[in-house]
Amino acid sequence: MSAIQPKVGEPVTEELALVQAAKGGDVSAFEDLVKRYDRNVFRIAQHITQNREDAEDVVQDAFLKAYSNLEQFQGQSKFYTWLVRIAVNEALMKLRRRRPERTVSLDEDVKTEEDSVPREIADWSPNPEQLYKQAELKEILSKTIQGLPPSFRTVFVLRDVEGLSTEETADALNLSIPAVKSRLLRARLQLRERLSKYFQKRESGDGKK
Amino acid sequence: MKCSEFLQELTNYLDGALDDRTKSELEDHLAWCHNCYVVCDTTKKTIEIYRDSELYELPDDLRGRLRSAIMTKCQQHKKKGQESV
Repeated sequence: MSAIQPKVGEPVTEELALVQAAKGGDVSAFEDLVKRYDRNVFRIAQHITQNREDAEDVVQDAFLKAYSNLEQFQGQSKFYTWLVRIAVNEALMKLRRRRPERTVSLDEDVKTEEDSVPREIADWSPNPEQLYKQAELKEILSKTIQGLPPSFRTVFVLRDVEGLSTEETADALNLSIPAVKSRLLRARLQLRERLSKYFQKRESGDGKK
Repeated sequence: MKCSEFLQELTNYLDGALDDRTKSELEDHLAWCHNCYVVCDTTKKTIEIYRDSELYELPDDLRGRLRSAIMTKCQQHKKKGQESV
């Protein structure tokens, strides 16, 4: 079985030039950075908050915060990793405000009931995503990831949806590399477990119940 | 190798982050353990489905509105900074 292919990153030098220009007062250079990453920030924000309006606010707040604090960006990490860190913090703040009764923290090493012991071990259909219409599939994926603890889905979205490396994810979330790996494993296994009931091979052959 | 040991290394295996020796131990295990093979295969599909799903794409009209709101706020921030100098 082959490994998952990583996404290809953007050239870093060009990005640093935009950051330098923005630091020097060139607002249009900052707009280029917004154009480059607004879709990513929106996806991350909606994955974490699971709420469209909150995600819209996070996009605005994260970019404004990045702009106002550009001087603090020293270039030790990629601009994108730095921006992601700001966006994740904004998104978690939204989540805390919305669910004050529940702890929302990335530091907490959550143990969940199902955790990482696989129970569903049936084969999936060869093309599981074709079993459902596009809208149904999105609904299933969204509902499934919503059930994960925030700290798991945040690591999953950064690593597996956005394609950040383990090191970049650890850097963006201020977590250790073993903590990122442990959460990622459990997130992947829990999602797999939950998706199995939708995607496993059916006897009837048409895939649906 | 036990199934539990295989599971511990699953993420490193799928990410291609293992040395050759451990990788080949895992592949030996996969060759005879059908359950681990299925878990590995369906975990890989899980990742691919999410990665390719285009879940939460930013619609163009909203994207335009957000960007113009962001840029207006940045301009205001810049102006405020200049005034306070």
